[in-house]
Amino acid sequence: MAELSAKTPCAGLLPVSAGGVTLSEVDAGVLTSLSPRRGRAEALGKALDASVGAKLPEVNRATGEAGSRVIWFGQGQYLLMGPDPAAALGAEAAVTDQSDAWAVVRLDGVAAEDVLARLVPLDLRAQSFAVGHTARSMLGHMSVSITRTDPDTFQIMAFRSMAKTLVHEIETAMKGVAARGAG
Amino acid sequence: MRIDGKGLVDRSKRVIFSFDGQSVEGFAGDTVASALLANDVKLVARSFKYHRPRGVMGAGSEEANALVTVGRGAAQDPNVRATVQEVFDGLEVHSQNRWPSLEFDILAANDFVSPFLGAGFYYKTFMWPKAFWEKIYEPVIRRAAGLGALSKQHNPDSYERAFAFCDLLVIGAGPSGLMAALTAGRAGADVILADEDALMGGRLNGDGGEVDGMSGAAWAAQAVAELASLPNVRLMPRTAVTGAYDQGTYGALERVSHHLGNAGGRPKECFWRIVAKRSILCAGAIERPIAFENNDRPGIMTASAVRTYVNRYGVAPGKAVTVFTNNDSGHQTARELIAAGVHVAMVVDSRRDAPESGDYPLVKGAEVCNAGGRKALESITYRAMSGEEKVATDCLAVSGGWNPTVHLTCHMNGRPVWREDIQSFVPVAGMIPGMDTAGACQGTFSTHGALSEGAAAAGTALAALGLAAGAAEVPVAEDTPYRLSPLWAVGGHGRAWLDFQNDVTVKDVKQAAKENFRSVEHMKRYTTQGMSPDQGKNSNIGALAVLADATGRGIPETGTTTYRPPFVPVSIAAMGAGAQGAGFAPQRFTTSHTASVAAGAPMIEAGLWYRPSYFPAAGETTWRQSCDREVNMVRQAVGICDVSTLGKIDIQGPDAAEFLDFVYTNMFSTLKVGRVRYGLMLREDGTVMDDGTTARWGQDHFVMTTTTAAAGPVMRHLEYVAQCLRPELDVSLMSTTEQWAQFAVTGPKSRELLNTLVDQEIDGESFPFMACGEISVSGVKGRLFRISFSGEHAYEIAVPARYGESLYRQMVAKAEALGGGAYGMEALNVLRIEKGFITHSEIHGRTTAFDIGMGRMVSAKKDCVGKTMSERPGLNGDEREQLVGLKPLGPVKQLTAGAHLFEAGADPTRENAQGYTTSVGFSPTLESFLGLAFLRNGRARHGEEVMMVDHLRGVSTRCEVCDPVFFDPEGGRVRG
Repeated sequence: MAELSAKTPCAGLLPVSAGGVTLSEVDAGVLTSLSPRRGRAEALGKALDASVGAKLPEVNRATGEAGSRVIWFGQGQYLLMGPDPAAALGAEAAVTDQSDAWAVVRLDGVAAEDVLARLVPLDLRAQSFAVGHTARSMLGHMSVSITRTDPDTFQIMAFRSMAKTLVHEIETAMKGVAARGAG
Repeated sequence: MRIDGKGLVDRSKRVIFSFDGQSVEGFAGDTVASALLANDVKLVARSFKYHRPRGVMGAGSEEANALVTVGRGAAQDPNVRATVQEVFDGLEVHSQNRWPSLEFDILAANDFVSPFLGAGFYYKTFMWPKAFWEKIYEPVIRRAAGLGALSKQHNPDSYERAFAFCDLLVIGAGPSGLMAALTAGRAGADVILADEDALMGGRLNGDGGEVDGMSGAAWAAQAVAELASLPNVRLMPRTAVTGAYDQGTYGALERVSHHLGNAGGRPKECFWRIVAKRSILCAGAIERPIAFENNDRPGIMTASAVRTYVNRYGVAPGKAVTVFTNNDSGHQTARELIAAGVHVAMVVDSRRDAPESGDYPLVKGAEVCNAGGRKALESITYRAMSGEEKVATDCLAVSGGWNPTVHLTCHMNGRPVWREDIQSFVPVAGMIPGMDTAGACQGTFSTHGALSEGAAAAGTALAALGLAAGAAEVPVAEDTPYRLSPLWAVGGHGRAWLDFQNDVTVKDVKQAAKENFRSVEHMKRYTTQGMSPDQGKNSNIGALAVLADATGRGIPETGTTTYRPPFVPVSIAAMGAGAQGAGFAPQRFTTSHTASVAAGAPMIEAGLWYRPSYFPAAGETTWRQSCDREVNMVRQAVGICDVSTLGKIDIQGPDAAEFLDFVYTNMFSTLKVGRVRYGLMLREDGTVMDDGTTARWGQDHFVMTTTTAAAGPVMRHLEYVAQCLRPELDVSLMSTTEQWAQFAVTGPKSRELLNTLVDQEIDGESFPFMACGEISVSGVKGRLFRISFSGEHAYEIAVPARYGESLYRQMVAKAEALGGGAYGMEALNVLRIEKGFITHSEIHGRTTAFDIGMGRMVSAKKDCVGKTMSERPGLNGDEREQLVGLKPLGPVKQLTAGAHLFEAGADPTRENAQGYTTSVGFSPTLESFLGLAFLRNGRARHGEEVMMVDHLRGVSTRCEVCDPVFFDPEGGRVRG
């Protein structure tokens, strides 16, 4: 009988650091996309609250905390990160396992905003994009999800198959920012 | 020559660089231009067309003459303005557009035949024979005329792109910009202050006046220090704002490391996109030259540039300086030169009522009409009431007045207005939404005026931002009125330059007018005035004034040409930063990528994905050997192929079945749970969009596969249908392409292989052809589909992607033990051609379901996207080119894709074309080339002979038309 070994999307690529900024891979646990059935968004919110203690987020917002987070993931789409989805959610939403679909990385450091400013066309200054804010946007040519999880920390998600490009793009930007910081 | 005790350069830091191989000494803070002038180097460049000797003309980014090449080899940078390039140790600078040397340039002969080379010369002369233009005339002309050259090598430098956001963008850090930034910064606004210079301060650094009792430069330094201390202010020196775009977006080019010998990992340049709620343009003004004969001689400069070299760089641009002016600015230059100990030989003022404002010889009501010397200015001749006089001089400072730098205000199609009192175009409020203007760029030329307008504009911006402005204390500074009398060109017979960079003279503009190119835009194109790197910053207004005069119109009626971005040249490398080579697009890798590469498989691009082409075995030297072996292996044993790149879409919801009935031509609501069906999808215009299989996973849950190429477009199409065409359906769409690693297990031994892997064995009953269901591999839940793209007994097994590599390696090992192994795209392609299965080579966007022989798949029982449109006349019938198979008949056995089909015996010409080949391959199974093709009325012509002609590759092959399914037409093997 076969034994299957698992590999993370960024295996062998991370962590990398430059200029006080670190990019590392996050094991976000189970990732489940939730797409509420017609008129059932509120019911889904209640079921979520009851099962994982996190509210259904508004557009461009995330709720919960590390290990159990719900992020707005597009029009009519939410991503539950961490816990197994309760069976009750299936009555209110289309539930799809996406645990292996995304490369999830974390960018930490005072200059993290400067690094992302090289790649993401969004206003990510703290006054516009605070802790708990999230967006679907572009990072270079890649479609990503970006969430500010802490004052100096961003969670970035890209397609698993693009993990190498994701790391390359961010690392290049990190080095550029670090070189400038050197005076 | 340096002036002791003057200038802002750091005299304690010597810098050695080279100019055309000669070592030149400068100081930290110098530009190439200031260091060359300090070393009395006057000849810096050769002009565009006539190869005239040229020197430094200005002191800023508008420089038209002193263009040089920096660096060498692959990293060389042409057309760099010597007035912008800062010096550093080891900097290598070369002059341009000369051969063999700057001092002795053969093509300077052009200057002596100049009467033949005026505007329109090429158009009129090189007309015959027509074919000569492209092959002979144009290359020769391009070689003779021009500026710097590219290395034509791959650029190894790194560049960057970045985004920035702010409340207020202040463009330009002269007196008005500094004052605006201070006012807004102190009030707490999020401010970006961008200036193209390395040293912020603008004219405050170049002029000798005082602000608040200290030198202008000292006040600027103090202001910059305060701004730097404010956390809400971001200073961006060496950053030229290049364009104003929609919704408060501005382009800006930052020169990050052009001034550093060792970049230390920094990019060369960064192209910024700055989004600002408000902006204030404080771009200043550019002093304009006056046209007179030989006014382009090295040593003739703008008067303000002369002041800048004296005050900022501590350099005297000449030993005996003369001044030619039509306004008071020339007098300021004379006074500051004298104060610095530089001899002023003469001031020539065109105004009869010129003020006597200093201790220097002054001629009023006179005009400089010629200049002597060739590689350096030796004398000027001025014409007064009393006649012409010659004065010995090695530097002439010219001021024809000032042109406000209105460029950015015009980038959204606004037009500036003419102000008679200052003889200048100025912006009108509101030309760029959210932008205010202050200081010289709107025609306010005194330092006091600039400071107070900067503060006022900041107040306006703050109010709009909802912030309270503190009481603005405007520092004390000169407030001299600006007085001038217009003078654009001095009369005379010789050539008087308007556009130095493109070698356009007053005569050229008059010639254009004479030949009825009277519109300023036509004049520009006819003479090339205002083109090339400086985009006419120094010459546009002068040229249109001459045109206005020549056509008997006023300047405002004549109007300006269109100001377009970018304000300064922007390298493509900066705009496309990060996109060189592999950076052009993201790379997508399957989980089996590493294993495939390790097996020596050449990887080919399929969209963004990389897929193995074939897996070379020991002893195989050509791809065909590998491909043939892999095909046989699949037909006889079992092959493994990564098919994860195919699009996978989960379709869920109570209306999922109805939704699929609408997007597919055939019926899906009748599909049983646990079964798979092949589906065909049309575009709205009735053309085939994509094909693939869809499995019914549950009553309300379908799993669709798309082709690799169409994964994105199909998802977009489904979203469109769900949101726009059938919004009443409760259905949700979710791409799961990335979630699953999916592998084809193909061949007679496929089930045998699978049963060594899965936790519960399968058989023909539990998994008949077109069945699907959940399986598990050592406890890992996966999906199994019994589908086939090869005509063999085959499956696709999917596991969560984290297990993909592990499963792949194990399956390949097991396959090899069974006499099989991995197969690549080449074998996959041959296998499907043998079976007549289509790909996007066949459904290429112009073929209908009828064409590919699937007309009956468009269900008559229901409607679907594209159905009605597919029934249009001309999309069905004998006149259509229909899918057929081709087999070679004669001695030539080769088939090629993209070749055309002709009736046997017909001329292989366009008019006789009957169709074309789309996919070909050599079938080791049938030991023949096989082709799929579209042939007019092809289905009725099976058995007929046609000629395949590939005009590009020179291949002609006699072929027999046949059914596209070459192998196992009964389909027995797939059910085996």
